[in-house]
This record gives sequence, structure tokens and C-alpha cells, in this order.
Amino acid sequence: MLDNTQDGYVTADGRQIGPVVLELKNITLRFGGVEAIKNISFDIRTGEIRAIIGPNGAGKSSMMNVISGFYVPQEGEIIYKGYKRAKMAPYQVARTGIARTFQNIALFEGMSVLDNIMTGRMNLMKSGFLSQAMWWGKASREEDEHREKVEKVIDFLEIQHIRKTPVARLPYGLKKRVELARALAAEPQILLLDEPMAGMNVEEKEDMSRFILDVNDEFGTTIVLIEHDMGVVMDLSDRVVVMDYGKKIGDGTPDEVRNNQDVIDAYLGVSHDE
Amino acid sequence: MLYREAGDFKTSYASDNQTFPIRFDRAAYWVAIAAAFLVVPMVLGDYWANSIVIPFLIYVIAALGLNILIGYTGLLSLGTAAFMAVGAYATFKLTTAFPGMPIYIVFLLSGLVTSAVGVLFGLPSLKIKGFYLAVATLAAQFFLIWLFTRVEWFYNYSPTGQISMPERSMFGVIITGASASSTAVYFTCLIFTVAMAWLARNLTRGTMGRTWMAIRDMDIAAEIIGVNPLIAKLSSFAVSSFFVGVAGALTFGVYLGAAEAGEAFSINKSFLVLFMVIIGGLGSILGSFLGAAFLVVLPVLLKLMLVDGFGWPADLARHLEVMIIGALIIVVLIVEPHGMAALWRTIKEKLRLWPFPH
Repeated sequence: MLDNTQDGYVTADGRQIGPVVLELKNITLRFGGVEAIKNISFDIRTGEIRAIIGPNGAGKSSMMNVISGFYVPQEGEIIYKGYKRAKMAPYQVARTGIARTFQNIALFEGMSVLDNIMTGRMNLMKSGFLSQAMWWGKASREEDEHREKVEKVIDFLEIQHIRKTPVARLPYGLKKRVELARALAAEPQILLLDEPMAGMNVEEKEDMSRFILDVNDEFGTTIVLIEHDMGVVMDLSDRVVVMDYGKKIGDGTPDEVRNNQDVIDAYLGVSHDE
Repeated sequence: MLYREAGDFKTSYASDNQTFPIRFDRAAYWVAIAAAFLVVPMVLGDYWANSIVIPFLIYVIAALGLNILIGYTGLLSLGTAAFMAVGAYATFKLTTAFPGMPIYIVFLLSGLVTSAVGVLFGLPSLKIKGFYLAVATLAAQFFLIWLFTRVEWFYNYSPTGQISMPERSMFGVIITGASASSTAVYFTCLIFTVAMAWLARNLTRGTMGRTWMAIRDMDIAAEIIGVNPLIAKLSSFAVSSFFVGVAGALTFGVYLGAAEAGEAFSINKSFLVLFMVIIGGLGSILGSFLGAAFLVVLPVLLKLMLVDGFGWPADLARHLEVMIIGALIIVVLIVEPHGMAALWRTIKEKLRLWPFPH
């Protein structure tokens, strides 16, 4: 059982998990008459790997879009770092330290891998218009400093060989990795990964799992991930939220979730008589 | 063999980030700059200056401006000529109101005025994209030209409806007006073109350029990494219009000397600059130079070849010239849809191996 005090808990493998960083309270999201998310509450703690799972159409991606600001829920509130988050555009959410990747890759196809990852550092670069126009002083100095940081991310994800390749020429698995690199370059506190392993073979999945664990371990980044591969989810995550038809049907450690009767019903398919 | 990249190692990020990372390119660049400033003015005659070199330099500035908007930010505009007209009329109004103001400053201020107008007409881009935006900028084209021909204040109530550039000098050299030498005009255009190209390169290599390209390639992903789409799009309109405005100011101030909005800045000119950008290469500084060269230099060379070379009658040559240019545009776009800049990249790849096939 988890110890749900303010101070966090210690995981099975001995990692110390911190206090709640993001809390979703009674979120309801409607598209016209359709309720995509129905009154869902859960929290995310500093340093943990939190998975959201559920069958297709359960509302997982909608949930992620609510967190990253693409959708504004009709009801409920989001508490981030102890304060209720005001209504925000996605770019403002990004500036508060939440980065994400997409289910179907959203890279800048016309730019090189290096430029794509450099865009991730956009909010950390402060040089003004004139300095950039003259390429003198701050702008050029800053470019080199941030290039160094980006090179570290490139090293970390082992993509040195494609540094200057246009993204459009890369195979699918590498694109996924570049997208992760771009999100990491922003040095986020919370990293949202929407199906990071979709469409990958076993080897690529293993690589990606390793990267996710390393990111969490080395940078202490809180990770929220949506994934369909149950083996991966149960292996990686500290706590799991299970959704079905827009409702939360389970929440807890992988073991608790695995033995939850509602979850078993949702996955094995029991008729919903409500 | 002719074009070498091997052995050119980089030991710092600054040297890897420079504009011409390859030694050969760097040398070629400095040679070109030196030739433009030192050799060309010695050999340039009035005919060549006025028919090719000066229009080429001015169109490069306009193409750079439009390339920032279309090639780098992905916002389609058909109002280029109207924004050039804004630059031209701003120059006229400023220099007649403040005759003592240095003329280079007037040109730059005209660019800034155009910038403001560009931002205003760029506002629809926040809601609409692609062809719809193109139609909205078409409205700018018609509205602005209508404004400049109908409102007399813009041409100082002159009975002809034309604006004409008074004589202005800088550092004791006459730059504008009928008695300006073509060397002075050449240097004015060259200084502006080199400075603006340098500016364009700087703005597109750093955060600003990446912001624009992010919006171009995928606006949703751009937002998720923290790009404010409002600022990204409007800054692109502002910078682009500044370039186009300066090009318009130079067209009127040093090249034409007198202009009437409906004629000098008609929609044909908008399309001409658009073709330069597409043929030269979207999202490429070099492409802006190549595109402008293609559409300015080629017609003149063709005319010289047909009329003076083959002795054809001038009117027949003029018709054929249009057909040949049209055909060449199609050929270039079929051979390399990404424009002449991409063609140049391919040639460089080949040159690297020449004379070996692999």
C-alpha cells in the first residue's frame, strides 16, 4: 500500500518520490453532447513515473491535452505547484515547465535534427531582437551556450550521427527519439509522453524504456505517460491511472491495478450495464 | 575534387554555427563581396547598371523580405507590391516634409513605416492560413493602391498624381534625383542589399528564425514548445514588410525617380517577387539572390541575344522572350521543385566527387 502523506513515498525499487506537483480535481471535458472526461481526479507526484492506461477512446489523450492546455475542461480545476492554474494557452503551459510529445509525431519536418532540438530551448533563450539582428553579443554567445546543452541531450539519446540530417529523412523510430530530445531540451519539470512506443519493434521499445527510466533517474523529471503495451507500463510506472469511457476506474500501483476487478472487466470486455 | 569539404574540422560550436562552415564557400563569399565593391563599379556602364544590376539588387531585398514571410514562416502573401508602394510613398512624404533628413535614414524609416502597415495587414494571419490568407493580403494590395491613387495628401496634391523624388545627397554625393550618377546609385543599392542580406541571415539563424520555421512546419507543435503564435506571425510580418518597404523606397528613390502607385506597384510586381522566391528557393537566403537574378537578368540577356545577336525584330523578340522565360520557369520547377538554391546544393554534392562518379 502507498503512504499518501504530503511528503511522498518510497517505491519498490527504493526511489524517493516527492510531494504532489500537479493535481487534477473533478475534471469534466465535453465536446458538444459527448463527455470525453467525466469527473476525474488524480494527482502526480514529483519524480514519479505516472501512467495513464485504458482501452481506445477512453479519454487518455484528452486528459493529456487538458494538462498541456490544448483543451480547457468545462468543470474542475488543475492545481500546479500548489496554486490553481488559470486558463492558459498551450504556449503558456509550456513556459511553466511542462513539455510533451505527441502520439503521431509532431516534429518540424523542414528543419534539421539539431534545429528541432534547439527549438526546445526557445523559452530559455533570452537575447533580444536587436542582438539577434546584429548577431553580436548576447545572441551569438547564447546560441553557443545552448548548443552545448543540446549536444548533451543528443549524447544522452544517442543520436549524434543524425545531428544535421533533415527530420523528414529519418525513420519512424528515430523521429520518436528526436521528439523526446526536443521535449527534454526544454528541461521540463513534468514530461508528458503520449504513446512513446507506438509502432515500435521490441528493440526500439527497450531503448525507449531505458531512455525514459534514465531521464527520470538522472534529471529527476516527473513523467506522465500513455501507453498500450501493458508489459512496458507495468514495468516502468510507479502508479497507474486506468480510464474507460471517460471515467477513472482504477488508480494505484501496477500490482493494485492489475488485481482490480473493474480494470480486468474493462480490458477483458464485460458488458456495461448502466 | 573541385569542391572540398573534407579535412575542414571544427573545434568549437561557434565555428560550426557560422554562415559558411566550409573554407571554400567562405573564400568565395569574400571574393564576391570584394568584386561587388571594388571591381564592378569600375567596369559598370550606365546601361548595365540601370537595366540589370540596380533592379537586381533592389529585387533581392524584396525577395528576401517575402522569403521571410513565405519561405520561413509559411504565410502566403500577394500584397508585396502594395507594401513596396508604402515604402515608396513613405520616402516621398518623409523627404518632402523633412528635406534635411539624411536620405539613408529616410529609406530606413520608410521600412519601419511599412513594417507597421504590414503588421496591421498581418492580423488576419492569426485566424486564417494558406490560400485564404493570400486572398486577405490581396485585399491589402487593392486597398493600398486605391488609397495612394485616390487620397491626394499622399502625393502632395500634385496635379499629375505622381510622386517624384527630389535631389538628395549624402556625404556630399548626390544619391537621388536626375543628376545622380549610376555609380552612386549602385553603391547605395549594394550597401542596402548586403546589409539586408546580412540582417536576414542573422534573424533566420537564431531563435527568431527557428520560431518562424516552427510555425511554418507545424503550428500546434510550435505552441507546445512555448511559441506564442501571435508574436511569431506578427514579427514575421513586421520584418518581412521592413525589407519590402526598403525595397520599395529604393525602387522609387534611386531607381525610378518618379512613380505612380497603380503603375509602378501593380499586382504584377507582387507576382514577380513571388515567382522570384519560389524559383529561387523557399526558405533560403541564397535562393532570394538566385531568384531575383533569374527573373531580372535573364530577360535582358535574352533580349540582347535575340535582337543584337540574331538580328530579330524587337517586337518578335519581346514575345519570344516571354515564352522562353515561362518555359524556363517550368523547367526549373520540374527539375528541382525546391528552387534554384536546392539545385545549387545538388551541384555542390556532384562537384565534391568530380571527376569520379561515386
